[in-house]
Amino acid sequence: MTQMAFYGIDTVRVVAEEGLLPGRLFAIEGTDGVGRSTQIQHLRTWLESSGYAVIDTGQRRSALAGRGIDEAKMGHTLGPLTMDLFYATDFVDRFENQILPALRAGFIVLTDRYIYSLMARAIVRGAEREWIKQVYGLALKPDAIFYLKIDLEPLVQRILRRGRFDYWESGMDMRLGDDLYESFVAYQTLLLQEFDHMTPEYGFQVIDALRPIPKVLADIQARMEPLLPAG
Amino acid sequence: MERYGEHHFPGRLFVVEGVDGSGKSTQIALLRQWLVSEGYSVFFSEWNSSPLVKRTTSRGKKRQLLTPTTFSLLHATDFADRTEHDIIPPLKAGAIVLADRYSYTAFARDVARGVHPQWVRQLYQFAVKPTVAFYFRVPLDESLKRILGSRLDLKYYEAGMDLNLSTDPKKSFKLFQKRIVTEYEKMIEEFGLTVMDARQAITEQQLQMREIVRPFLRGLHRERQNHAGRWTITSAGNGAEQLVTRKRNGL
Repeated sequence: MTQMAFYGIDTVRVVAEEGLLPGRLFAIEGTDGVGRSTQIQHLRTWLESSGYAVIDTGQRRSALAGRGIDEAKMGHTLGPLTMDLFYATDFVDRFENQILPALRAGFIVLTDRYIYSLMARAIVRGAEREWIKQVYGLALKPDAIFYLKIDLEPLVQRILRRGRFDYWESGMDMRLGDDLYESFVAYQTLLLQEFDHMTPEYGFQVIDALRPIPKVLADIQARMEPLLPAG
Repeated sequence: MERYGEHHFPGRLFVVEGVDGSGKSTQIALLRQWLVSEGYSVFFSEWNSSPLVKRTTSRGKKRQLLTPTTFSLLHATDFADRTEHDIIPPLKAGAIVLADRYSYTAFARDVARGVHPQWVRQLYQFAVKPTVAFYFRVPLDESLKRILGSRLDLKYYEAGMDLNLSTDPKKSFKLFQKRIVTEYEKMIEEFGLTVMDARQAITEQQLQMREIVRPFLRGLHRERQNHAGRWTITSAGNGAEQLVTRKRNGL
């Protein structure tokens, strides 16, 4: 059962609504290109074959704000504060309409990033730490947070194998470097520092993501299994 | 991030608040005309008007996708975009910014919808503190008469239908407005709102507003047409000059 525990003010009134969340909430965190979605695919298959009902969710997938964010990112007028709150809207829409109903119905929820990436991105772009923490204070504490960690150098190589550097993943809006590569390095360095900062605070389980996919998967499975309803 | 709450921008920010039908939009339009005719640079920003967020808001409203929390966040996103584009740059440039509704609207409406009062206040911490915030106070019966007398088509969220207060839109609107007024009344002291008696004649209210605003205009950039029809600049504390001086001094 997912505990009724929050980081701040439960303004959604989850506690008042219903007493029990028989499902499980697992957050998979990590920077861009670290292999989160691959792991989630494998975890989903594994959980379903064990008989669990699973849903997965991730950023910009809300019915309300997903498209709006995509459209806003195509232009050149999206400011950092506006971006922070647009993403928060997307998160809360999914929190209320996907995550909570699934937990109430006893599903295993796998979330590709949770509030931590959103907070890291906001802080790196200049948002006040206390402020963004208060905004996301409404979020439920997950049963576990798996942080797929990789150093900068191998991350760069992985991104290159995947394709070209992305404008936003490189933080080009922050003008940190002369070109995509320099900006990517500077931006991801800041993000990795922020994740390190958050690791003890939120109790991330650090997963060495440099290893081959099956090894990483087995590591997460071993940690997840005891937390499952039949565990 | 700069916490804009306690700003020291060279410009001035005047905002109007109150329920629908309190006459605040009329008053700020008149104030704007006066300020422009006096030669000030005036920038106007209206609640819920960001082009970046507009389509998402209308999608949410049309399909009734909004909960009290996402309703609140979406309006905060809209407000953030206007803060970043319409409010802070003109204030830095030493202009006058006028806002029809401000963060207090969110505190009143969102809390009336059940959002936690402290959470929504934290959410808007980035808001610039207004030079003067006018609250147009009007008895509920009067504002309801003005609104309901002029139009019949109350929209779903506008009437607070999402709160299930009543299945009748008019009844729901009345109950919702009553909650909103209660929240506004609580804010007068909390935020030092300047209360205007909105039952008075329009001209009377406007004269009072100008008297309240006038002392804050000292030192602002101003352009005037002289006898020959030429524009002369009478300014002190120009925002751009301050910025150049600050940068030159390495501050």
